[in-house]
Amino acid sequence: MARVVLVTGVSRYLGGRLAKAISKHPEVDRVVGVDLIPPPDDIGETDFVRADIRNPVIAKVIKAAGVDTVVHMNVIATPVGAAGRSAMKEINVIGTMQLLAACQRSTTVTQVVVKSSASVYGVSPQDPAVFTEGMEAVRLPRSGFAKDSIEVESYVRGFARRRPDVSVTMLRFANIMGPGIDTPMTRYFSLPVVPTVMGFDGRIQLTHEDDALASLELCTVGDVGGTFNVAGPGVVMLSQAISRAGRVNLPLPTPMASLTRDVVRRFGYIDFTSEQVEYLKYGRVMDTSRIADRTSFEPKYSTKETFDSFLRAHPLGRVVPWSAATDEPSASVTHIGGG
Amino acid sequence: MNDAQVIPINPQPDGNQESESFPGERQLAAGLRFLRRRVEGSYEVDDFGFDRELTRELLVPMLRPLYEKWFRVELHGLHHIPDHGGALIVANHSGTIALDALMTQVAVADQHPAHRDLRILGADLVFALPFVGTLARRAGHTLACNPDAERLLEAGELVGVWPEGFKGIGKPYSERYRLQRFGRGGFVSAALRARVPIIPTSIVGAEEIYPILAEAKVLARLLGLPYFPITPTFPWLGPLGMVPLPSKWHIEFGEPIETDVFTEGAADDPMLMFNLTDQVRETIQHTLYKLLMQRRSVFF
Repeated sequence: MARVVLVTGVSRYLGGRLAKAISKHPEVDRVVGVDLIPPPDDIGETDFVRADIRNPVIAKVIKAAGVDTVVHMNVIATPVGAAGRSAMKEINVIGTMQLLAACQRSTTVTQVVVKSSASVYGVSPQDPAVFTEGMEAVRLPRSGFAKDSIEVESYVRGFARRRPDVSVTMLRFANIMGPGIDTPMTRYFSLPVVPTVMGFDGRIQLTHEDDALASLELCTVGDVGGTFNVAGPGVVMLSQAISRAGRVNLPLPTPMASLTRDVVRRFGYIDFTSEQVEYLKYGRVMDTSRIADRTSFEPKYSTKETFDSFLRAHPLGRVVPWSAATDEPSASVTHIGGG
Repeated sequence: MNDAQVIPINPQPDGNQESESFPGERQLAAGLRFLRRRVEGSYEVDDFGFDRELTRELLVPMLRPLYEKWFRVELHGLHHIPDHGGALIVANHSGTIALDALMTQVAVADQHPAHRDLRILGADLVFALPFVGTLARRAGHTLACNPDAERLLEAGELVGVWPEGFKGIGKPYSERYRLQRFGRGGFVSAALRARVPIIPTSIVGAEEIYPILAEAKVLARLLGLPYFPITPTFPWLGPLGMVPLPSKWHIEFGEPIETDVFTEGAADDPMLMFNLTDQVRETIQHTLYKLLMQRRSVFF
């Protein structure tokens, strides 16, 4: 039923791949991709429009193209380049507000899909082991991407209340990993010596980039509506992941861990917030039964397979010589993990 | 997702029939295989962080001497625990640290014919502590909250809860075997929603392992602990004072209270919750008195 789709954040890895995939879909006539910089990768038959979603000009783009479906992929997890945290917050929060304002005025938009994140559930030792969509953060995140995600979601909910005729879908992804994507998490596991917080071992749940795209495509092309957790089945402990990667686990006492984080951050390699360090300590797991019950979506990769697919694509930096997942790829496929 | 996972103990078929070239070779080989799997990270944990292999191969064996030789735990009514399907063990709490919960876990893993995993619900402080929290998750324990309890029970797990919490283990020796308040009865509503039986369980012996004679309130506040115990040996003897007294233990699993006789909305009826909570509490208290009457001495 979707015919003209607008994708924001099209110059980023997932946005670009999504636009390309949707543009090939038989039911979609046209895809308009929006971002601040031209896309570095091939985005297929997508029409690129250089526009800033923080600017009311986005309303004109929607009107001119007669967009009926808006896919918001432009909530970013890391401060881009030298722009810093305040620019990131502006892109995330003001950008979402402007985009939704444009959607609210539009007479053509019938559907909005937003890429959200598991970080809205926060992290704390008082968390329930598994989060369902109806639960809220036990300890509200105070800064960074997690706080932005919560604000973005609240604007989206506000929009859904004001325009009940528009179908709104929010997908909450666990950390997205895979062979192609570059995130703070993939950089973290690429370190030869991986610093962790001594005495803690988080439960890590991952979403494969292909599964993330498949679920986004499904919700864009089909009319789904609602909030859904999306992640691969199963859990990997942080220490287990480091073992599988053949890296050296370096447990640091808590004060030294935050110092290390600051150094690595200053160095510009990995931008970890204190929320992400808490995540490595306690981990977080989402219940993914709702999307399985209500749609035809089924993740192709378990958490473990997602991690192993990342490892196979990044074979360099194996420090510990003995075997890990990549030596016996068949062994990693045995885990299906149930629904 | 929460199915009990079957962990292959031996990845490759082993030629067990061959004679050993030196005594203990087979155990050594199994130990090395176990070690290799740990180092490679090729093992499974469930959504709660439960590492069944580590628990069964390392944690339970480490606690077993304490269970068999030190406390010489005697079990009663083990047949009241079902072989499969969800059930909720509710027990009295005592002994300064939660050894009673761990001993119950060993009992169910070793002595029950189905060798079940006991999923213990712990206080939130446990999961905030370094090492302790991580180990607790690995051992299959999780936070005592209704979503976790219901999720485990609905998945057919055997769950254990000690509703007295810190009030139970931190009470002075003079109040031994007197049950404290049973929280808000959250465990009853979890069992009712999951429609699983409640097994009232009474543990005798754990009160005497570290008799709390007094509490150092200032020290507790300084360390951020719910209490700081002073026992006949701790902190006077230093680390030696942490050795528990070798009391003789009895654990009695009582007759299950079925919950599937109640109607669908029963979990939202506070009066029924209070009554059931009281019933469980009374049953445990009476069984405690009975076991104490039968006991010949604290240590034998």
